[in-house]
Amino acid sequence: MQEKEIITSTDEQQEYVINMGPQHPSTHGVLRLLVSLKGEKVKSVQPHIGYIHSGIEKMCESITYPQIIHLTDRMDYISAHINNEAVCLNVEKALEVDIPDRIKVIRTIMSELTRLQSHQLWWACFGMDLGGLTCFFYGLRDREKILDIFEETCGGRMILSYNCPGGLMYDIHPNFQKRVKEFIKYFRKILPEYDQLLTGNVIFHERSKGIGKLTKEDAISFGVTGPTGRASGFSCDVRKHEPYSAYDRVQFKEILHTEGDTFARYVARIDEMWESMNIIEQLIDNIPEGPFAVKMKPIIKLPEGEYYQRVETARGELGVYIISDGNKNPYRVKFRSPNFSNLSVLNHIASGFKIADLVAIGGSLDLIIPDIDR
Amino acid sequence: MKREEFEDNESLDLLNASGTNILLTTIDDVINWGRKNSLWPLTFATRCCGIEMMAAGAARHDFARFGMEVYRASPRQADVIVVAGTIVHKMAPVLKRLYDEMSEPKYVVAMGACAISGGPFFLNSYSVVKGVEHVIPVDVYVPGCPPRPEALLYGMLQLQRLIETQTIKSRKARNESHDYK
Repeated sequence: MQEKEIITSTDEQQEYVINMGPQHPSTHGVLRLLVSLKGEKVKSVQPHIGYIHSGIEKMCESITYPQIIHLTDRMDYISAHINNEAVCLNVEKALEVDIPDRIKVIRTIMSELTRLQSHQLWWACFGMDLGGLTCFFYGLRDREKILDIFEETCGGRMILSYNCPGGLMYDIHPNFQKRVKEFIKYFRKILPEYDQLLTGNVIFHERSKGIGKLTKEDAISFGVTGPTGRASGFSCDVRKHEPYSAYDRVQFKEILHTEGDTFARYVARIDEMWESMNIIEQLIDNIPEGPFAVKMKPIIKLPEGEYYQRVETARGELGVYIISDGNKNPYRVKFRSPNFSNLSVLNHIASGFKIADLVAIGGSLDLIIPDIDR
Repeated sequence: MKREEFEDNESLDLLNASGTNILLTTIDDVINWGRKNSLWPLTFATRCCGIEMMAAGAARHDFARFGMEVYRASPRQADVIVVAGTIVHKMAPVLKRLYDEMSEPKYVVAMGACAISGGPFFLNSYSVVKGVEHVIPVDVYVPGCPPRPEALLYGMLQLQRLIETQTIKSRKARNESHDYK
């Protein structure tokens, strides 16, 4: 189960089928890849999912709308806040609630902080996958600083549950603005260090440039979104195309690269970290006064109908589709998770490369397995 | 704490009962000292708890201070399996196999609400194993959703204390009392 295990040596052409996972450090969770090899070259990759399928969509049908956010937290747990935002925005849209500016701005700042810590963690793990263990320690060192800010305001480190339909659970901590500004100042100095450590490394270049090329057309037809899609030139940033919360009042670039290889996906994420910091800096000084939550009915019932809301998580486009029959529980909830679509492209881009490159390609897709299985 | 409050600490009773044999006790002491100070965990993470486990191993919390020096990717080299996250029915046979592949002495830490009881998925979920103790025997439970890295550290220190009280006899009795086949 752990190491490469030979199941069959099928035909005379010496094609081996090996199991990678479910317990394998480089699959970042419990993904199982059935890899057909010819020599050292990957012929095809067949992902097997369901090793962490906990039935979240079905569970949502028997709980109320404010309770759903505690389950979406545990879907893509590294961008937990953005997942919650998707559900809250959908419910607010259905009820046609007017959300005050203060809530919108705080939500946007928290989303961008979430994106930053997600990319930091990805950088740490990606470096470790390719053999740079120092990246792991550097990345998690800086991530802890964001988690401290979260902890002070929300009480949680990564599972925040800070959003609720109609606003936020509680107001920001008095120190919030000061500490975020301190962090941005600190991280602007530290991020070039990441570049020095990994981006310019020759071994890293050899292992990532030209590996796992994904064209723009394929990215669109596979539905690959997020930094992975944008590294192939697919302009898919929901923050730009369909602004929600306070994204319509900030200036930021949509990071687009055209190479589409592993290195482009890496650079796209590093650039996104800079953009996230820009967004936070524009908003942090102008948090409007006002209430932190709108008064909602004690039992939220959505009017009959179908509602869809999409947001940009750290990994791509998350869509929340709710069918309501007028009760306090949704009739059906469907999540269009970014990782599921991003995983589907793995066979297409990893075929023909060496098995060691499969680790690099899988790492650059930044997969979170519970988000795939839900 | 009073003596009566230790009522379920069988290992302590066994230790007291066999306290006369100086040679065995000394050997036990030496073995336990070695075992408790070099607990190598398996890299086994399924959900959010895995990220906190990584954080426990990283710069700020630094697992390695207490002897959990490196994470091992192979169960053959690991001493303790930290079940970090939800175990679903499809994953349960894999977890059992991983546990069986580990060599003695082996310990299990159930980290987080999911591994303890199913946690947020206890009600209404059709696919989650309601507690990892249905599959493998658990030594230490670390509650939280997810637990902080400090909580995991405390749990691992409790595991070290547990190892300290073990003797050759009690270890054998413990293994025989668990029938998870």
